[in-house]
Amino acid sequence: MGIHATEVTAEAGRGRTADSEDAPLLQVKNLQVEFRTRDGVAKAVNGVNYSVRAGETLAILGESGSGKSVSSQAVMGILDSPPGFVTGGEIVFKGQDLLKLSNEKRRKIRGTQMAMIFQDALSSLNPVHTVGTQLGEMFRVHRGTSKSEAKKKAVELMERVGIPAAKERVNQYPHQFSGGMRQRIMIAMALALEPDLIIADEPTTALDVTVQAQVMELLADLQAEYNMGLILITHDLGVVADVADKIAVMYAGRIVETAPVHELYKRPAHPYTRGLLDSIPRLDQKGQELYAIKGLPPNLLRIPSGCAFNPRCPMAQEICRTEVPPLHAVTEADGAPLEGRGSACHFWKETIHG
Amino acid sequence: MAEPTAPEVAIEAVMDKQVERGEPILQVRNLEKHFPLTQGILIKKQIGAVKAVDGVSFDLYQGETLGIVGESGCGKSTLAKVLMNLETATSGEVLYKGEDISKVSGRALKAIRRNIQMVFQDPYTSLNPRMTVGDIIGEPYEIHPEVAPKSDRRKAVQDLLDVVGLNPEYINRYPHQFSGGQRQRIGIARGLALKPEIIICDEPVSALDVSVQAQVINLLEKLQDEFNLSYMFIAHDLSIVRHISDRVGVMYLGKMVEIGSDEEIYEHPTHPYTQALLSAVPVPDPEGREGRERIILAGDIPSPANPPSGCRFRTRCFKAQEKCAIEEPLLAIPQVFSGQDTPAAHESACHFAEDVDIVGATNGEA
Repeated sequence: MGIHATEVTAEAGRGRTADSEDAPLLQVKNLQVEFRTRDGVAKAVNGVNYSVRAGETLAILGESGSGKSVSSQAVMGILDSPPGFVTGGEIVFKGQDLLKLSNEKRRKIRGTQMAMIFQDALSSLNPVHTVGTQLGEMFRVHRGTSKSEAKKKAVELMERVGIPAAKERVNQYPHQFSGGMRQRIMIAMALALEPDLIIADEPTTALDVTVQAQVMELLADLQAEYNMGLILITHDLGVVADVADKIAVMYAGRIVETAPVHELYKRPAHPYTRGLLDSIPRLDQKGQELYAIKGLPPNLLRIPSGCAFNPRCPMAQEICRTEVPPLHAVTEADGAPLEGRGSACHFWKETIHG
Repeated sequence: MAEPTAPEVAIEAVMDKQVERGEPILQVRNLEKHFPLTQGILIKKQIGAVKAVDGVSFDLYQGETLGIVGESGCGKSTLAKVLMNLETATSGEVLYKGEDISKVSGRALKAIRRNIQMVFQDPYTSLNPRMTVGDIIGEPYEIHPEVAPKSDRRKAVQDLLDVVGLNPEYINRYPHQFSGGQRQRIGIARGLALKPEIIICDEPVSALDVSVQAQVINLLEKLQDEFNLSYMFIAHDLSIVRHISDRVGVMYLGKMVEIGSDEEIYEHPTHPYTQALLSAVPVPDPEGREGRERIILAGDIPSPANPPSGCRFRTRCFKAQEKCAIEEPLLAIPQVFSGQDTPAAHESACHFAEDVDIVGATNGEA
């Protein structure tokens, strides 16, 4: 399978950054998730490693089917099972492996220590309860506060995320709020118990750009205020460039490149990342053909052998079809180390240094 | 075409595509579409109207791409439906080669409809799952048999599949056997079947994966060159709109607030809404992100059933003054710029229009 090799070099590449400070808030090690379907086993996540520190923003970038959402659902422990199963790896949160905990213990961690913001706020909120009830539920279930106290807290939270007339609106139902306001309620709910880690799965994809800017700004402010770790899952290269500290690019269930945000945009070390960046329309290309990555993202039931990107890759050679590339530690041309950079490409040197 | 004024000449020199533009193929004048709001079950009483499109005017020329941008609820999709004659306009005119499409009916309407086709946003719901690709693409020929006689249809459909980059042997497959990008190609082939002159694309790539979007955009551009098509390209992704469009119109709450060439709109926006929209778009480049100045608008779009008085944008505008609540600004070249040879001299519906280079500012340089 070659997963072993991936794991080892990935650890070596990341070790440098991880050891320099205290232990990270969350560390995902060699995570594997599969979906057992009627048509066969879909390997949605194939040995993924990443870590997040307090106050840090990790962006997981990928297309649909790349495993970006599934890996975070596994971290939260909300994977639909069956058909989804975590088949290997560790999810170390504040020093303990979540996969070894009982359901009851994980449930206590969810909401109080880690929380999630979903893409579609309308379908994530319960339409038959007022937003006040739903926000207050967090306090009543996890903290045992009284009903009236919970409502007071709900109003405070709504004010905190910038919902005008919170006192009156606390008794309204989700459908009475606009898309941006609903997403603010989702954020308020995630923040309610001041968790240490927030996972935001495409938090602004359903929103208009002017509202997206409001929501992203709010999220960044709150993150700084509470010093939370944030995992931002998105396919939008623009949003990533705006807020991320470091990036993990996923393709067909693997992380194909990791890098600090500035480095990734300046010098991508994987042909897939380079293809994505090149296909953004640029001013000087007006009237010319856009660069397009040829072909389609792979079917997870039939991931190509070797490097999963090889059928679409302009640099593919024989070795790419037979051997899974491990996550190499990326260095300068003279061998000087580049902190936090890794690329799962046999030809990363050629990709980054030309 | 009207006598070109001095600034227009200067702009046209830049845009070689516009130099060759002659008569507009589609002229839209004061177009309005209001959806009535009623109360009561048996005796329906109209209590108001949602003014989805409220007085929009523009021209579309042969072979050009007009981009329409705006947030959800601004009326851009309703506009597309009215142009397709899928919705009847409340008032105003849509002139196709000088003929008002909302006034014609029967055979004349059928002939016009042949020439205006549409590509939809969601390739998963806009193709009938129980029809084969051949039937989907060939269905327009049932209505317009003169385009391809029955004996030629199979061949015509296979040619279309080839044109949009799909294997002609896939003619008997069903939509579920294709990926999103391939399905959108099927939708485009269906739009092309009747050899139309105008194609209205309503968010044609927003449902597709990032790596596939560029493929579909390239295909649309190739087809435009090949068949001299005019596109009305509705989208919310401003960088894609800029790439594909010759001219861009910005809509807000049923009104066109600014319209001009791509350079005029992106480099010299004069309407505060356009400026806010451009500055809100995340730039896929992390350099200088800390120093980037953003215009972040407060609040949401007001309800189109009850739009604000005067300028509709005033409730969210950072420049709003008393005048904005009383007097509605008209879409025209702002007085401060009129007669000047500057790209800022394009139509903008604002009392306090001002040339601000947002794109340059966000890149950290002028």
